[in-house]
Amino acid sequence: MSGVRMSGKEKALWYVAAVAIVVYALFPVAWIFSLSLKPASELTDNRFLPTDVTWENYRLIVSGDAADLFLPALRNSIGITLIATAIAVVMATLTAYAVSRLDFPGKKVLLTTALAVAIFPVISIVTPLFNMWRAIGLYDTWPGLIIPYLSITLPLAIWTLSAFFREIPWDMEQAAQVDGATTWQAFRKVIVPLAVPGVFTTAIIAFFIAWNDFVFGISLTSTDASRPVPAALAFFTGASQFEEPTGATSAAAVVVTIPVVVIVLVFQRRIVAGLTNGAVKG
Amino acid sequence: MATITLDHIVKKYGDGFPAVNDVSLDIKDGEFVILVGPSGCGKSTLLRMIVGLEDITDGDLTIGGTRVNDKAPRDRNLAMVFQNYALYPHLSVFENIAFPLRLAKGKHSDEEVERRVREAADLLELREHLERKPANLSGGQRQRVAMGRAIVRQADAFLFDEPLSNLDAKLRGQMRTEIARMQRRLGTTTVYVTHDQTEAMTLGDRVAVLRKGELQQVASPRELYEEPVNLFVAGFIGSPPMNFLPAQLSGTTLSLPFGDVEISADVARRAEGAEFLIAGLRPEHVEDAETLEGPRRERGTTFEVDVDVTEWLGNELYAYVPFSPDERVAAKLAELDKELDGESMRHQMVVTLDARSRVRDGDRARLWFDPASLHLFDPSTGESLTRDEERARAIQADTEEMRRQALERSREHAQAVGQGAPA
Repeated sequence: MSGVRMSGKEKALWYVAAVAIVVYALFPVAWIFSLSLKPASELTDNRFLPTDVTWENYRLIVSGDAADLFLPALRNSIGITLIATAIAVVMATLTAYAVSRLDFPGKKVLLTTALAVAIFPVISIVTPLFNMWRAIGLYDTWPGLIIPYLSITLPLAIWTLSAFFREIPWDMEQAAQVDGATTWQAFRKVIVPLAVPGVFTTAIIAFFIAWNDFVFGISLTSTDASRPVPAALAFFTGASQFEEPTGATSAAAVVVTIPVVVIVLVFQRRIVAGLTNGAVKG
Repeated sequence: MATITLDHIVKKYGDGFPAVNDVSLDIKDGEFVILVGPSGCGKSTLLRMIVGLEDITDGDLTIGGTRVNDKAPRDRNLAMVFQNYALYPHLSVFENIAFPLRLAKGKHSDEEVERRVREAADLLELREHLERKPANLSGGQRQRVAMGRAIVRQADAFLFDEPLSNLDAKLRGQMRTEIARMQRRLGTTTVYVTHDQTEAMTLGDRVAVLRKGELQQVASPRELYEEPVNLFVAGFIGSPPMNFLPAQLSGTTLSLPFGDVEISADVARRAEGAEFLIAGLRPEHVEDAETLEGPRRERGTTFEVDVDVTEWLGNELYAYVPFSPDERVAAKLAELDKELDGESMRHQMVVTLDARSRVRDGDRARLWFDPASLHLFDPSTGESLTRDEERARAIQADTEEMRRQALERSREHAQAVGQGAPA
């Protein structure tokens, strides 16, 4: 990006475009945040800013009527997502390393199959999975969600990570071996540290996929033993059956957005490309 | 410290193509050996087989008396400097150099690691950079870090894979001397791969010239220059390269494109029966007759030529003399040129004249050379007909003696320094 000189007019245009995109993307989020601060009576007043700010909706989901539904769901979401992410990252790192470094029969088949699995429509496998999980006792359990999450996140993770591994000069690993490292030491002390940006990128992708999932969450669970937040939101009820639980839902939506924002902010610095600068001539 | 012995080493790839074919080479303890040749001659493959990054298809590789064919790189105790340095970008310079020591777990205390890294850093003048990351270093500094990582470990031998090819010309010259100094000081067996013949000539105790995976000649730089065994070696060593001219022999009279010269009866007898020959004349063995005086001029012959282009360099002058060769020789010369990575479009002779010479573009010049400096080659086999085995042996003995003395001096010096005596 650097080195490109822009005239003042061009610069202004870029700023206008950037602001427009940011507003377009963030406006719904802002609206939900505003909704979560409104009392029930004002929810449908069609105004952006709440006239009198209340934390009632947040109290409702943390210690009020909706807490029984929301808190276990939050626990499930965090637990399931973290476990799925951890497994996906470890397995994807090892697989991607093998794919990028070794030549073995069936490598192409493995990669294309992985990609095919990733692009398979989720909705078409949910019903068979529902039946299978019930038959083997995985229905409404944590592993019952972790496994399908892995099947979607792993292929993407393998593809992303093997691209990162391919960027690392093979000489680095050979240098480590000549310096006295075993294959495993070379992998752990040289290759993995160099692939850190890739590992974090993969972790974030895996986390998002699991955290945002709704279809599996609602189909493969039935109680708060394993129901994640996106599915639990659908079970919120208003004060009466004629009242929409909009306020509570908005508050819950804001709460589940926070970890995502935090994670991106924390890891953003780690996802810097060009870490391999200086490894080789340049 | 160790000897390295290559015994009929062969490397074949999956398609059966031999990248390295039947190479035998004895590298003595403390010797600096260069592997040199045009691109694709198998020199890097050979080096990578020594260090263990390539499998050996056939033959035996012994280091310090032990056969190491089936040993992993980490068990061979060799240190290598890669062409692109292969520094670890996530580690500081200190940790890069300390890396091999840290891998040998439990062998070195923290103080010892610290001391050894500082020693290596002092030797390479890297002390003020120890806390920096490789990305923030210049090309020459990175190169030195790569060398530091190699010398910190007290390996049995150093292997260099074209370590200077990524540096600019000035830095390359400086680092070249630095490597020579370091090797002399440490007295460690060294194998060095390069395609640059200046590096080969200046650094090596002995130089191994490779062509298409086959060893052509292993000899001291001086022997390679003065007594090449064949056309390929003669054409590869020397800058500007040796001129190859078509020649025809009748009796002891050799007809060159620029005139006839008399050669010794001995050589003439060896060349007997050959219809035509290739004569090799080094550019620096030709002089401008005008700048020569006295008895030296008497020893040689002079001839008149048309000079096409001249290049004045301050210390000398290159003059280009076009000629048209016999068709049969032309094909052979073109083939040779291609093998040597050349791309010459015309037949011309280059001569290096004294800078005082008044010869300029388009002149008709009177040039001088000593027929004794002429090399003759059999065009069908490429072998030299003028190589003097006796003289070659004398050169060999002489250079080996000089190497031994230099090594002894450096070891005495190291001992003196080690004992705290004034250096």
